[in-house]
Amino acid sequence: MRQVLARATAIGPKPRSAWRDMRAAAARRAPPALLGKILYLEKLTVSFDGFKALDSLTLYVDPGELRCIIGPNGAGKTTMMDVITGKTRPDSGSAWFGQNVNLLSLSEPQIAEAGIGRKFQKPTVFEFLSVFENLELALTGDKSFWRALVARLSPSERERIDEVLSIIGLMPFRHSRAGTLSHGQKQWLEIGMLLMQDPELLLVDEPVAGMTPQETERTAELLLSLAGKHSVVVVEHDMEFVRSIASRVTVLHEGRVLAEGDMDAVQKDPRVIEVYLGA
Amino acid sequence: MSAIASLRTALAADRGGAVFLGLLAAIAVLVPVLNMAVPESSPFHLSTFVMMLIGKYLCYAILALAVDLIWGYTGILSLGHAAFFALGGYAMGMYLMRQIGPRGVYGHPVLPDFMVFLNWDALPWFWLGFDRFWFALLMMVLVPGLLAFVFGWLAFRSRVTGVYLSIMTQALTYALMLAFFRNDMGFGGNNGFTDFKDIVGFDLQQDGTRAVLLVVTVIALALAYLACRGIVASRAGRVIRAIRDAESRTRFLGYRVETYKLWVFVFSAMLAGVAGALYVPQVGIINPSEFEPINSIEVVIWVAVGGRGTLYGAAAGAVLVNYLKTYFTGALPEVWLYALGAIFVLATLFLPRGLMGLLPAQARVAR
Repeated sequence: MRQVLARATAIGPKPRSAWRDMRAAAARRAPPALLGKILYLEKLTVSFDGFKALDSLTLYVDPGELRCIIGPNGAGKTTMMDVITGKTRPDSGSAWFGQNVNLLSLSEPQIAEAGIGRKFQKPTVFEFLSVFENLELALTGDKSFWRALVARLSPSERERIDEVLSIIGLMPFRHSRAGTLSHGQKQWLEIGMLLMQDPELLLVDEPVAGMTPQETERTAELLLSLAGKHSVVVVEHDMEFVRSIASRVTVLHEGRVLAEGDMDAVQKDPRVIEVYLGA
Repeated sequence: MSAIASLRTALAADRGGAVFLGLLAAIAVLVPVLNMAVPESSPFHLSTFVMMLIGKYLCYAILALAVDLIWGYTGILSLGHAAFFALGGYAMGMYLMRQIGPRGVYGHPVLPDFMVFLNWDALPWFWLGFDRFWFALLMMVLVPGLLAFVFGWLAFRSRVTGVYLSIMTQALTYALMLAFFRNDMGFGGNNGFTDFKDIVGFDLQQDGTRAVLLVVTVIALALAYLACRGIVASRAGRVIRAIRDAESRTRFLGYRVETYKLWVFVFSAMLAGVAGALYVPQVGIINPSEFEPINSIEVVIWVAVGGRGTLYGAAAGAVLVNYLKTYFTGALPEVWLYALGAIFVLATLFLPRGLMGLLPAQARVAR
């Protein structure tokens, strides 16, 4: 992983074939499909004051898959994420995480514990704590007050933090205050905080908004390196970015799935061209 | 064991704290010596009045630590901490009243003067046990702690935050003030308690007793500092700062934010209770004006002036602002409130991190 990131700093846009190889490698790391889906969303409907943010949305995600969700503003992308993480309750429909976890019956922290991590659009790291401390707080385990009062890092926890620090490429900044990081670095730190919890499913909301091209490329590599081991759902507007990382793209429109498939197929779909890409 | 070990490593990195504790040790030795061993004729003699004043300031410093912990570190702006301080003070006051025994003006063997005056013939149930010192000590922390627990449990669980919570804490202290003003509450109405005679058998009017009280206050302040430092240096301390800076993010990491807030609030209230309990025998009076909403606001100003999120800054702010208060209310009483307001505005505008922000090395460490 460290080598991959080092190569990224070396530079220049990568040829498409390189991205294709990385996507294929991620797909090979994924568990066999016969294990079932990791995420089942069926007929989800959410309305706010009569406006249907989600309209009978049905979507499945495979284990180890890297799925990109695109769609114009108001298509329901964020609402969908909110339903998965328990922030918003749907009016009807069902949401299952794997075969056994009914997301609609769990609270936000329970869903996080069950193995779904979400990275919000705006990076929210703890600015007054160091990078290392940010990751420390994201450790799995007993989070009770009394435990935290006497908790000391075990060697394996230290190792885990160091491992994640090198995955996200922030090892040199481990003792910097998170508030002093660049925008892109904060985004990676936040992804790192999700990784600390070793989630099965990562939800990533607009990861490259506001990033420099170099940062965007490193983020693409980071997400691709995570796919396979984790399932990753990315909501993003940056088409070049989506083309680089996604093997499957879902287009949402008015709270429904408009099209699904690989990037080329989706871009050729006349309905998609009409509502989104053609504009 | 691990708690002690982590405290030791925390202190090793806490130079400001080491200086602070050193100063406290110097006060604990010098002030009683200058008061009792140096003859009054000497220019180095410290009057009993000044010694008691220092004791009072140090009680305020404990209160400031409590507020810094809940405001500076956890981000909960409590404008009701004077209520916990006063409750601790009342618990101590009840013990001191019971110690008077038959030496009251009316000479009743058990009842305090004000109850005789109100024609009561027996102690109310909640006065039972306060003739024992250990019981009073327990109540000094339990009563504020319990009130904070109930209040905090209701408020934090309903996710009341920010200015709404501040207003509720103001209402809390105001309501308590009104309640304690009533004679039939059984706490002496607007006169409160005074004319204390002795504490655990020692005459409160003796310089020796007062010197011991000062030393006990210094020790309490040092222990309070160590306890607060222990908390903020632990992982729990990092969690509460995380709550302060991004509450919902912390919740999303799986921390029960409400529980963290609640226990820090309860601990902080208990600390305030200890401060009040030490305050009462040194100033010799406790009455409902201690619950006045303005008092709680003043505490916040001490902390802001000293520098929140540093602990010792809060203690220094408490001593400094109260020294100024003593000076102004003596020299120019009508100016004090304006001066206080000006101090707050100036500190906010020019010293956003308080006086401690002026110390360059400090910038990195505590926050």
